[in-house]
Amino acid sequence: MQEKIALTGNEAMALAMKQINPDVVAAYPITPATEIVQIFSDYVSNGLVKTEFVTVESEHSAMSATLGASASGVRAMTATSSQGLAFMWEVLYIAASYQLPIVMPVVNRALSGPINIHGDHSDTMGARDSGWLQIYSENTQEAYDNLIQAVRIAEHPDVLLPTMVMMDGFIISHAMENLEILSDQDVQKFVGEFKHHRPALLDLDNPITVGPLALYDYYMEFKRQQAEAMRTCKPVILQVAQEYAELTGRKYGLYEGYKLDDADLAIVVLSSTAGTAKVVVDELREQGVKAGLLKLRVFRPFPYEELAQALSGRKAIAVLDRADGFSAFGGALFNEIRSAMYDVKDRPLIVDYIFGLGGRDVNLDHIRKVYADLAEIAKTGQAAQLVSYLGVRE
Amino acid sequence: MAKLLEIRWHGRGGQGAKTAAQLLAEAASSVGKYIQGFPEYGPERMGAPVLAFTRISDEPIRVHCHVTEPQYVVVLDPSLLLRGDVTAGVPEDGIILINTDRSPTEMRKAMRLTGRKVFTVNASRIAEETIGRPIPNTPLMGALIKVTGLMALGDLLADTEQRLAKKFADRPQIVEGNLNAVRRAYEEVQGE
Amino acid sequence: MSNLLTWKEVPKGAFLEKPGNAADYETGDWRSIKPVWIAENCIQCFRCWVYCPDAAIMTKDKKMIGIDYKHCKGCGICANECPAKPKALEMINESDSGDN
Repeated sequence: MQEKIALTGNEAMALAMKQINPDVVAAYPITPATEIVQIFSDYVSNGLVKTEFVTVESEHSAMSATLGASASGVRAMTATSSQGLAFMWEVLYIAASYQLPIVMPVVNRALSGPINIHGDHSDTMGARDSGWLQIYSENTQEAYDNLIQAVRIAEHPDVLLPTMVMMDGFIISHAMENLEILSDQDVQKFVGEFKHHRPALLDLDNPITVGPLALYDYYMEFKRQQAEAMRTCKPVILQVAQEYAELTGRKYGLYEGYKLDDADLAIVVLSSTAGTAKVVVDELREQGVKAGLLKLRVFRPFPYEELAQALSGRKAIAVLDRADGFSAFGGALFNEIRSAMYDVKDRPLIVDYIFGLGGRDVNLDHIRKVYADLAEIAKTGQAAQLVSYLGVRE
Repeated sequence: MAKLLEIRWHGRGGQGAKTAAQLLAEAASSVGKYIQGFPEYGPERMGAPVLAFTRISDEPIRVHCHVTEPQYVVVLDPSLLLRGDVTAGVPEDGIILINTDRSPTEMRKAMRLTGRKVFTVNASRIAEETIGRPIPNTPLMGALIKVTGLMALGDLLADTEQRLAKKFADRPQIVEGNLNAVRRAYEEVQGE
Repeated sequence: MSNLLTWKEVPKGAFLEKPGNAADYETGDWRSIKPVWIAENCIQCFRCWVYCPDAAIMTKDKKMIGIDYKHCKGCGICANECPAKPKALEMINESDSGDN
């Protein structure tokens, strides 16, 4: 049974964590993710979860303690944002290389400087090659659903990779929206008991070594194996989504196509902006414009084959990047989408818009402008600018 | 009801604009509406001008951009009228509800306002008399549903009671005070 | 490289299920000077055994019986700590030893 309820994104994430009921949470507060662990610590104090809650002195320690707990053979979680994620950096890579199924909500926020507390994707885009799975959420419902599914995905024996679940800072984290929630029992049943798929640090009868030295004689084999886990986890993500759909009626995939199948003009975007773009797609469809949208849910692993298939046949594509790559060649999403499209026959023109940095509002008019640009590109067969900025004062 | 109704709350830090935006959203959610309730976050502190927003619709709400053309505006502190931006983006038939002891006619004149519909209610006094503190947010919710027909008084009271009872489990007089504030503002709000 | 495991064989996440494998790693060839044990001088005080950072002092039946040259790095601490007079441990140059 599901209950209809109104919650902010942070409240929804905290509730999902309560229902997952992890063994250990080690966390350090940072705007706009603070509320997640603050609310969760109330659950701990009130005895509503069995979790050992560890207050640490920094995000570096939060991830280190979470890593240690996970290696000891229990379900461990934390949550962070922006500078906090940046401060976790070196430990992120270690968690991934140890193949520890840590699940972490990340509330997307701009990186300093200048100091900014609002939502953009520069924090998690920087961590895109750390070996973590990355799942992005459009709204509070998806944030809740994705976090619960992430536990099953991360802990699957074919995956065993840490997973971060994103939502946009303030836009979702602090916005109250309607969502449907599962009962505690249903979530517990769905995520199941934490299973040991290999020896753990605290198994005294079977001592192991974790974190060994591996130089040029072995390092590459470990990395190749780690890469394989990332390459092979797509079926698990889809299987978990299938089971979740059976439980909730809500369907998830690697991406969501919105009026995409017959679209001439398509926008590719992550997270909350997809909702705003859908409104414009509907508007344009009423005017007879074949507009469509691809909202990428799973950015890591990057589903390049599926994306190439879904985007082939479009006439013009705009990728919207909520983080600049500072590469002089657009954002990360743009680069990867373009690469994925390289082998498509009669590939469409693809342009990039950097938008929404530091929480800069992207409204219906901005999206309308992008589709208008795409219509022009489709008509003329050329793009005036490959990479441009949306909503910046010129 | 409009396909998508947008409300902008103008207050000062500490007056409960965010709480009102979200309480109203929750109340609308409890009667089956789709909602969003969110504040505008900046370096705000007690007394600084703040904005909060409520979206209400019969259909799922997908937009995640700022509210720029609200049909309804609620002003929690009349001193904010001097800033002149409370009417920004409000359509000709929009509603402006102000917490003040003055009449709508006086306010229209003071604001040099043309068009729109102005309503006033002395929410601070009502709050002082019912809750014991001049926090005008809950009475303004009562006044707003009266002038907009957004939802029935009974539904708002029921939901507000449930929310506040959780927050003030040990202080039932605060819950009762807030409910009385909603009722009184519902009765006392004046139009032109 | 033939004895080494492939990427399909290495343990997941480098969780090594056979810990305590440092003995397999022979550090004896790091040595440029080596301790030589002079049995007749040895007073069996076990100071060398206590101080040796590489557990390279070999014992049998509670007696010091010699040096494990496969792991001894030649740091010289044993010879320095040896209290016997004359010393039971002396450092010599590897190049002078003629063997290992």
